[in-house]
Amino acid sequence: MGFDLVYFLQRAVAQALPLLFGSNGEILNEKAGSLNLGIPGIMVSGGVAGIVSATIYENSVANPKGWIGLLISLLSSIACSLLVSLIYCVLTVTLRANQNVTGLAITTFGTGLGNYFGGAIASLLGLSSNTITTTVNAYKTPIIPFYDKLGAVGTIFFSHGFLFYVGVMIAVVSAIILKKTRVGLNLRAVGENPATADAAGINVTKYKYITTCLGGIVAGLGGLYFAIDYSNGLWDTQSFGERGWLAIALVIFVMWKPNLALVGSFLFGALYIADVFVPNLTPLTKEIFKMLPYVVTIIVLIATSFAKKKENQPPQSLGLAYFREER
Amino acid sequence: MKKAKSSEPLVRISKRTDISPKLSVGVRVIAIAAAFIVCALVITAITNGRAMPWDVYSQMLKGAFGTVRRVKITLRDTCALLCLGLALAPAFKMRFWNIGAEGQALIGALASTVIIKLCPGLPWWLMLLVMLVASVVAGALWGVIPAAFKATIGANETLFTLMMNYVAYQLVNVVCIFWEKQKGSSDIGVFDRGTLPKLFGVDYGISIVVILLLTAIIYVYMKYSKQGYEISVVGESENTARYIGINVKKVIIRTMMISGGLCGLAGFLLVSGTHHTLNTGIVGGNGFTAIIVAWLAHLNPIFMLLTSFFVSFLDIGTAQIATSCQLNTYASDIVVGIALFFILGCEFFINYKVVFRNSKKAKEAA
Amino acid sequence: MSEVAIELKDITKSFGSVVANKNVSLKVNKGEILSILGENGSGKTTLMNMLSGIYHPDSGQIFVGGKEASIQSPKDAFDYKIGMIHQHFKLVDVFTAAENIVLGLNEDGKYDIKKSARRIKEICDEYGFEIDPMKKIYEMSVSEKQTVEIIKVIYRGAEILILDEPTAVLTPKETEKLFSILRNMRDAGKAVIIITHKLNEVLELSDRVSVLRKGEYIGTVETKEATEQSLTEMMVGKKVSLNIERSEPQGCETRLTLTNVSVVNREGVSVLKNVNFTAKSGEILGIAGIAGSGQKELLEAIAGLQHLKSGSIVYHDPKTGKDENLKDKTPLQIRNLGVRLSFVPEDRLGMGLVGSMGITDNMMLRSYNKGKGFFLHRKSPKTLAEKIINELEVVTPGTETPVRKLSGGNVQKVLVGREIASTPTVLMAAYPVRGLDINSSYTIYNLLNQQKESGTAVIFVGEDLDVLIELCDRILVMCHGQISGIIDGRGAKKEEIGLMMTTLPEKESKEESDE
Repeated sequence: MGFDLVYFLQRAVAQALPLLFGSNGEILNEKAGSLNLGIPGIMVSGGVAGIVSATIYENSVANPKGWIGLLISLLSSIACSLLVSLIYCVLTVTLRANQNVTGLAITTFGTGLGNYFGGAIASLLGLSSNTITTTVNAYKTPIIPFYDKLGAVGTIFFSHGFLFYVGVMIAVVSAIILKKTRVGLNLRAVGENPATADAAGINVTKYKYITTCLGGIVAGLGGLYFAIDYSNGLWDTQSFGERGWLAIALVIFVMWKPNLALVGSFLFGALYIADVFVPNLTPLTKEIFKMLPYVVTIIVLIATSFAKKKENQPPQSLGLAYFREER
Repeated sequence: MKKAKSSEPLVRISKRTDISPKLSVGVRVIAIAAAFIVCALVITAITNGRAMPWDVYSQMLKGAFGTVRRVKITLRDTCALLCLGLALAPAFKMRFWNIGAEGQALIGALASTVIIKLCPGLPWWLMLLVMLVASVVAGALWGVIPAAFKATIGANETLFTLMMNYVAYQLVNVVCIFWEKQKGSSDIGVFDRGTLPKLFGVDYGISIVVILLLTAIIYVYMKYSKQGYEISVVGESENTARYIGINVKKVIIRTMMISGGLCGLAGFLLVSGTHHTLNTGIVGGNGFTAIIVAWLAHLNPIFMLLTSFFVSFLDIGTAQIATSCQLNTYASDIVVGIALFFILGCEFFINYKVVFRNSKKAKEAA
Repeated sequence: MSEVAIELKDITKSFGSVVANKNVSLKVNKGEILSILGENGSGKTTLMNMLSGIYHPDSGQIFVGGKEASIQSPKDAFDYKIGMIHQHFKLVDVFTAAENIVLGLNEDGKYDIKKSARRIKEICDEYGFEIDPMKKIYEMSVSEKQTVEIIKVIYRGAEILILDEPTAVLTPKETEKLFSILRNMRDAGKAVIIITHKLNEVLELSDRVSVLRKGEYIGTVETKEATEQSLTEMMVGKKVSLNIERSEPQGCETRLTLTNVSVVNREGVSVLKNVNFTAKSGEILGIAGIAGSGQKELLEAIAGLQHLKSGSIVYHDPKTGKDENLKDKTPLQIRNLGVRLSFVPEDRLGMGLVGSMGITDNMMLRSYNKGKGFFLHRKSPKTLAEKIINELEVVTPGTETPVRKLSGGNVQKVLVGREIASTPTVLMAAYPVRGLDINSSYTIYNLLNQQKESGTAVIFVGEDLDVLIELCDRILVMCHGQISGIIDGRGAKKEEIGLMMTTLPEKESKEESDE
């Protein structure tokens, strides 16, 4: 079996995208102090919402148009992620439920929601097949039609559909917002020390709600990419796997920096599929390869705790509910 | 002059210092009732009307208790969840967020498997004993690693234990492939050894007895032992613990050894009593669900009997409905999720008082 | 006469049944420094918190620039150009000074931290601050953090600055620097209010002084007409007779000898310096001093909870007659010798007791590990709990009710009861009556007296000078982490102690300023 580096890297990018979206969403959450363990659930439900809405659309009109399918599935995915994130917000911010427990409940709920409809949609609508070819094609069409003329770089990076650009843009924009804007400064203050932020006149609750919801939507787009682009609109309850948790691992790995997530997700993506491409791997060593992202994350976690460099630590109030009267 | 604002917000929230047992039970009953109502409606909605709300409850009951076999399975699932919840209780009491029960149980199951595969010649009772010890040690090790880093350099235990799950997950895959039945199948096959003797006509009979016994043991351990007392003090205030001379690091490591070890035990019971095989799905996410079960029971082992039963009942009941409607069983995750939201949310009304601004003050401020 | 910046009229504020401020009226002019002087618990901070929007007065009016103001939140206070610098800084550790200063502001134009840093530099130059706007808070010393807090309020355009005990955390040199900055601000036309209990600072810095005592407004005087003597009198008031029984100390033996004890806290600030004294069995040694003068650290040092930089603490064991140096011993080893530290005031529930546990379980904190076996023995702690409930008249629904739910006085009885139950040879009590009603306070005094009579060396840290004078056999007065003197409790004068609390004897204070 020959090793095709360009193809390998192109697939690595495809693998990286769900992780990039997911970790970006989780970074936004954690920067506001919410350790949202519901992200895996939000990704699954956000992804399947896209499939379901596109299926309904394509089966209800005679000549479905790709861009309409795209728009409908995109909006549905956003709406679904937003809704699930709102549940998390209401429970943890307003009702001050424990973040870890609530997050896990969200993941149970979200994964169930996604897998249920992902598996049952055809049966529920009484369809014989639930392919959404038109929408899938719309997602997969490269934005730059002449990408193959750009050589290897073109193939690796620009052969992907529009969500590739969205993902990269969100990472860059989040990095800029967090680092260079007043909103980012306020947001970081909320995650680090909500009492101080409150005293400085920042509406802690509002910030937490908005970032958690935005983070959820971003993570949901990762699910959407996986569901429609990567898996061609065919949902298999097993295939999403532990990508959601890998995205959370990535957050630690990139030390809460969206710009680093660009590189980190690529690396994790490559590791995730390395076993398929590295020649002469036995199935056994393949599995050991798949362990690498987690082991590396643990090492990073230990190293950052050991170095005690404040900038690379989790936000200080991560996981804690804020109650003004307790300050 | 500035426009005068009201001196108090419209709704004020304050911590309750005291709550009558009546009220706290009442709030929970209302929450559970509401959860059942909403869940029934949701089931009707997601099955596209194939299961009507009034059918839901009877179907659920039938699913969980319809036959003797079903009762046994409900009991089995409850106990599987309960066992991990019990394992987590001491860690959570210490305010140590062990999210790694799934991995600790998996690694325990893995250790049992290794013994089955490596020492096939042992007499059955000795094999079970060796499996038990190996599983408990493996689980404890999986728990102690994050604990040691938490105690010494303050590494975030939530994230650490979470990652350890997936290391265990991959190790299980490695073992499954190493001993796979057919090349390329990644299936380790069903074990013909290392099986617990039958009790009540089922392999998992002993598991159920062991876990119920464990419930009592953990209850006593947390409430009546010196170690349990130390755990409470460390969890409540590390300051107090140091002041009275408790070695906080030692307690953290020891407690996680227990927590991980019990998860390992759960892994052993799953292999020897329930599944007789190894794959990444044998814990089935119970390591995560157990966190919720333990939390909702306020870490009290006796209440955990109720919460784990509640979750298992919903799970099995909904699965039954989904199957009878020829839909997939993931529906039960949706229902369990919704029910949990209600119960998690209701805790707020037990812990906090919501005070509406009274009209007199509002008038004054206007 | 200059323009009035802010005026308070008949301000009253109570928390439950405790009146923190009663009919307080005062005035601050622009271009003036006003000191608010008072002992701990006299209501200074509460009063100022009403100006900064944290509390709302029950009755009375606040006028800013001649107009009645309604201050509901810290944000309102900003709008009225009032800035308060709290004792506990509100800063984000991983942010730079500049980021903390602009946090939460809605300035016009693009967010530009460099531009803000330049403005901060300008402010620094104007008033004489020295700070690097790009330095991270966690890399800063306490005084730098304070500087950031002050710049923060000036940056937001504050015209009225309130500083709560600003010098408590500063070295004498840093204090000098701060004062010159505050004078610059005064000269720039700002109104400055400084809350303090240090007489020398009042006299050195302020134009006028307002004095509060036990929540009541006593009066305002021009600083140039005031002396330490006259201010102390206003602050502590006339002697009140309390009728606490005091027996003659009997069979006094030296129990503890402290020699040249020095302690440096985690921030690197010296909190105890060359402390020398002895505690004797059968007597109550009182410790007086402004809060934060090193009392807490002193007791913790004896209990093994503070690391000694130098010096020794020798315990003379009555049973064996041996001398033991407590330095470098663990708290547990020290406890086993019979030294009991009872309760740190703010932390009755954070350190001495576990709030969520019942009385029985709290009794066990000391004894759970005694006796063999794996299990707890609840019988004797329960008996003890019942005994304490009966003898000290603790009001509680039962031995299993979480102590957090008990009132302050009852919590204190539980704590003292437990500490005494183990028949200590040295009993240290820090502010044991803080927040207690009269009856509970007397119960505690009686308990301490009983301990004294049974031959325990009692060390009592108090804040009410009347109590100290009537209860203690000797009174040790602390000031800035040093001992300014030890006097006999019988015949001690309040004014004398008050002066010692705020000034060190010539020799030491000179030594200090030489640093």
